[in-house]
Amino acid sequence: MKPVFTITEGMLPVSTSYCPGCTHGVAHRIIMEVLDEMGKLGDAIGVAPIGCSIVAHKFMNVDMLETAHGRAPAVASGIRRAQPDKVIFTYQGDGDLASIGMGEIIHAANRGETFTTFFINNAIYGMTGGQMAPTTLVGQKSTTCVEGRDPMKVGMPVKMCELIANLPRAVFVERVALNTPAHIRQAKKAVRRALEVQEQRLGFSFVEFLSSCPTNWGLNGPEAAKFVEEQMIPYYPLGNLRTPEEVAK
Amino acid sequence: MAKFKLQFRTDFCKGCELCVSACPKHILAIGDEIGAKGYRTVVCTDQEACIGCTSCALVCPDCVIEIFREDD
Amino acid sequence: MPEKILMKGNEAFAEAAIRAGCGFYFGYPITPQSEIPEYLSRELDKRGGKFLQAESELAAINMAYGAAAAGGTVFISSSSPGIALMQEGMSFICSAGVPLTILNVSRCGPGVGGIQPGQADYFQATRGGGNGDYRIPVFAPDSIQEAVDLIYAAPPIADKYRNPVMILADGMMGQMMEPVAMPEPRPIIKPEDIPAYKPWAVTGKAGHGNVKNVVQSLYLQPELLEKNTEDMYVKYADAEKALVRYEAKGLEDAEIVFVAFGTVARLCRETIELLGEAGVKAGMIRPISLWPFPYAAFNEIGPKTKVVISVELSMGQMIDDVRMGVCGRLPVKLIHRVGGLVPTSIEVKNEALAILEGLK
Repeated sequence: MKPVFTITEGMLPVSTSYCPGCTHGVAHRIIMEVLDEMGKLGDAIGVAPIGCSIVAHKFMNVDMLETAHGRAPAVASGIRRAQPDKVIFTYQGDGDLASIGMGEIIHAANRGETFTTFFINNAIYGMTGGQMAPTTLVGQKSTTCVEGRDPMKVGMPVKMCELIANLPRAVFVERVALNTPAHIRQAKKAVRRALEVQEQRLGFSFVEFLSSCPTNWGLNGPEAAKFVEEQMIPYYPLGNLRTPEEVAK
Repeated sequence: MAKFKLQFRTDFCKGCELCVSACPKHILAIGDEIGAKGYRTVVCTDQEACIGCTSCALVCPDCVIEIFREDD
Repeated sequence: MPEKILMKGNEAFAEAAIRAGCGFYFGYPITPQSEIPEYLSRELDKRGGKFLQAESELAAINMAYGAAAAGGTVFISSSSPGIALMQEGMSFICSAGVPLTILNVSRCGPGVGGIQPGQADYFQATRGGGNGDYRIPVFAPDSIQEAVDLIYAAPPIADKYRNPVMILADGMMGQMMEPVAMPEPRPIIKPEDIPAYKPWAVTGKAGHGNVKNVVQSLYLQPELLEKNTEDMYVKYADAEKALVRYEAKGLEDAEIVFVAFGTVARLCRETIELLGEAGVKAGMIRPISLWPFPYAAFNEIGPKTKVVISVELSMGQMIDDVRMGVCGRLPVKLIHRVGGLVPTSIEVKNEALAILEGLK
């Protein structure tokens, strides 16, 4: 029998603590698949955020460290200096990256730091029980905006890819989704290209994954995937915003 | 003889139904077996009809599904 | 005999860090220590290290955590309000078991305060402003030479205990110039050699037996968190014995014993001479380790002592530890200035005499 699809050794053989239908598991897997295919599992250092995925190190089979909320891009900048030859990535959610960590990510991107940030955008705060995120959609309900996000009070949802694509040294910026097989294939390609940009030390690379939070959206897995398709993608368009010519398509 | 074989690590399955929804041949379902995590887990209702598209394995967040092809 | 050169404090601190083998510096400008990032921005990369100006002190402590968790020997510096921003990071780094050398060139507070010297970071340094149970060894030099020596000694202590170590200087020391002899430089450890020195570091698992390392601070299971905390305190118990440093002079027949650290200890030495001329014998306990505080030194106080006076550039912070050291045997009083003002040795003498008079 020939293998058609087998699980990468980059994922530890343990059940994740994520909710049923949460796409963290998909994001983890495709990142680890790419590192495995590039032969880089032994050279990778991952930086976990505060959020549901603080426990990513229990599932990703690479050296990892935990960080304080929002600080991952600063921590990764420090790691890069101490370990010039390794593959370094941060893996961050909405609150970590777009709220408390907004300063750190903009500065790291602006410096053109040669690590890759994987941004999990599920338009809500997961770990703490469903509060509004900077990425919560207009009219979307959360525990801290029970009547729905009102842009006149709290502004419009933040488009991180568009913000970062403005910075000259952020040379690879792409938004992907994890809600359909086709989107997942595209997402994996973006992960690969981002890590190749890193390998060539061209500048900062950033991939935003539109993701599900079934529990806090009050939807089941397939309904949540539909929410991503019908509500999130129209506001957060998929596609590549920056790419250096040197990276092969 | 089925061309493709699905293997499920049902110990990891949380019955989220993403694979059920993604399968273009509609041959996956949540069965009555309760897995190690306490969820009703995935079963394949018609192994012969599997076309090996890997949609199910792609969307599974829990590394439940592996797919093998019978040697010709 | 190593050659002595006249150096400005901040520049000497920076040079000492390079010589100590610190390969990485992350910092943000803040008065009165901006000369430290300036010096290192010129020198560190030339000597095989890496300098990065961070966007804030918050970023700097986290960059330091990253580089240190990846096995680097890291030195960072700031001043009081910047150290305040780093408190979260310090608690985190202690919990994660990562070594780091931190220099506070302290100024007067609270809040933005002023840019003149102060010693009101004593609580911040020794009690810690971050959350939870942790300790950081703190050393307070009273001269540029002593600061250089303490900065040089810090990274091996930090590595041994897998914990931050803090040097608490003050703005006066950062800005003044004194002759100083620099120690022999230690080499910066190459990245490929790090796993041999620090097998716990996150350097890519291929470098340490293909079994991944995790550096963490979160322990959701209470038993695991208790264990991690208790393990930290085993280290601290050892440090409490091994790291006590102090200087005690003239205690045998002193009527007054001063307790002072840093710049204040220097002027107290002059005060002791002036009191001697006035016929009053005085001595001094100068803590060099603020944590662990040298409580045992207070057992050396002689039978003629009538009062112990803590002299501080604060509203009285070290005095709490002084009281614990004295343990109720003698009255403990405070002489202090804040706002960035530094008393003269004459002013301290006069206040000390008034205190002595007041006890009669």
